[in-house]
Amino acid sequence: MTQLALVIDLNVCVGCQACVTSCKEWNTSGSAGPMGDQDPYGADPTGTFFNRVQTFEVGEFPNTETVHFPKSCLHCEDPPCVPVCPTGASYKRKEDGIVLVNYDKCIGCKYCSWACPYGARELDEQQQVMKKCTLCVDRIYDMTMAADDRKPSCVKACPTSARLFGDIHDPESAVSIAIRESGGYALMPEWGTHPANHYLPRRKTRIKIHDDELERADNPLKVDRQLPRPAMNEPTLDDVTTW
Amino acid sequence: MHPAFSVIFLTTLIGAAQGLFLALFTAQSYAAFKLLPQPDAHAFYGQGSLIALVLLVAGLGASFFHLGHPERAWRSAAMWRTSWLSREVIVLPGFMGVVFLYGLAHWLNWHPVLMILPGELPVDPTAILGVAGTVLAFALFVCTGMIYACLKFLAEWHSPLTVINYILLGGASGFSLAAAFAAVTAPELVSFLSGWAVIITLLGWVGRAASLYRNARLKPKSTLQTAIGIKHPKIAQKAQGFMGGSFNTREFFHGQSVEMLRGVKWFFLIAVFPLPLVFLLSGMHGGAGLLAAAFTVQYAGLLAERWFFFAQANHPQNLYYRCIS
Repeated sequence: MTQLALVIDLNVCVGCQACVTSCKEWNTSGSAGPMGDQDPYGADPTGTFFNRVQTFEVGEFPNTETVHFPKSCLHCEDPPCVPVCPTGASYKRKEDGIVLVNYDKCIGCKYCSWACPYGARELDEQQQVMKKCTLCVDRIYDMTMAADDRKPSCVKACPTSARLFGDIHDPESAVSIAIRESGGYALMPEWGTHPANHYLPRRKTRIKIHDDELERADNPLKVDRQLPRPAMNEPTLDDVTTW
Repeated sequence: MHPAFSVIFLTTLIGAAQGLFLALFTAQSYAAFKLLPQPDAHAFYGQGSLIALVLLVAGLGASFFHLGHPERAWRSAAMWRTSWLSREVIVLPGFMGVVFLYGLAHWLNWHPVLMILPGELPVDPTAILGVAGTVLAFALFVCTGMIYACLKFLAEWHSPLTVINYILLGGASGFSLAAAFAAVTAPELVSFLSGWAVIITLLGWVGRAASLYRNARLKPKSTLQTAIGIKHPKIAQKAQGFMGGSFNTREFFHGQSVEMLRGVKWFFLIAVFPLPLVFLLSGMHGGAGLLAAAFTVQYAGLLAERWFFFAQANHPQNLYYRCIS
């Protein structure tokens, strides 16, 4: 069984919103119809997005970290939004685990959005149907595209490679390895929804520099003190000065 | 959650209609066992069913305003195996049909004896339709309540009290309406029906108070820590990803002040329970005006009750939308 999913690396996401705009661009141009915007240039613009990047500050000044947090449908393995749908418009594909909405069957009752704890679904004001991330289902199987392009639009757009895409049920896939080896976790595990999308945590990058890496212990010029010893904060050139 | 008036009117109107039908058939059952005088069937049961049917049609009409695509509403009967909403969509028209037939049989005075139960108890079509309608009325209450109670993320709703209160509050308003209606068409039933209205209103008071007590002590299961998966006691949102509104900021927030919420709560706590009780008890012996006032006040209170029911529910997705930027 395949379960396609995104793995989002919070350690490298810089919050540039490129995934948001590329998602909107690709999906608003698709055959499923536009992702409508209302009053886009007015005082109170609003519109449909499948993907949002939020920003959180963790810690207390001065020990804070800024975490950029992309949020889209998590394609839960046990999606609570699917059984509540009265028409069957909301469904999870057996073959690849993508949770989709059939826009021709959706009656716009909003019940599925109530049943999603993550707020991943948005009602399109223009089309009056529920919309959500499709994992770019119209891209990833498009054989007219180069193999490298058969990925969700957000993954292609990410400049820091913070977004990985693949089958989390295949233990050898890049996403499974990332989840396994970099501490991938799911959001709100308390509800038992088993989100397919995972997040990789922030990691501290530390580098230990020893004194002898800065100061040459075996510098021959230093032995007989022939050259004047500059202060530690002055620039050095091995040939003229010495530490 | 954002209270939608379509759903507020749907649940309160059909609740009153279900209660009214249950009141009609309760009276008929008591009369069949000769515990109550037999009222004018044509006027009381026939016209009473018509009122219930009007309320049901009005409620169904209101529900269409909740849909983005009302013309596709017929599709919503498809997933009855998994969806309580789908089950409600099936049971509601079924109940309407039975109420229609029940009222029609009484209206036409169609009482052929189908069989005789032990104790010389004749069974006519209205008795069978009444039993079917009673089953469907309760099934509809359960469906309506379970639509909300089955959503485990919404802790305020995820409780048997939700279903119990839909039954009790719908029943209370329906019996109040039946009492007021009987004052006009069947005065001999007024004290019986208003007595039951008092009892159900009292039970509803206990049930609703219990759910308010429970909801005031809920501890949210999800926190910002589990929402973004970072184990740190101090996390503050700095941007939600957009400056304008979105479906997420409109659908899941009531947008009212705490004072407003508290005001609505006290309004419904007074208008649904003590005030109608005073009116019912003082109009118990035939005061049509008082009984009409009891129902009107109680129904107005139930509109506020339902508004509060939605507004009080705190959706975990709101954790992601705490700060614009």
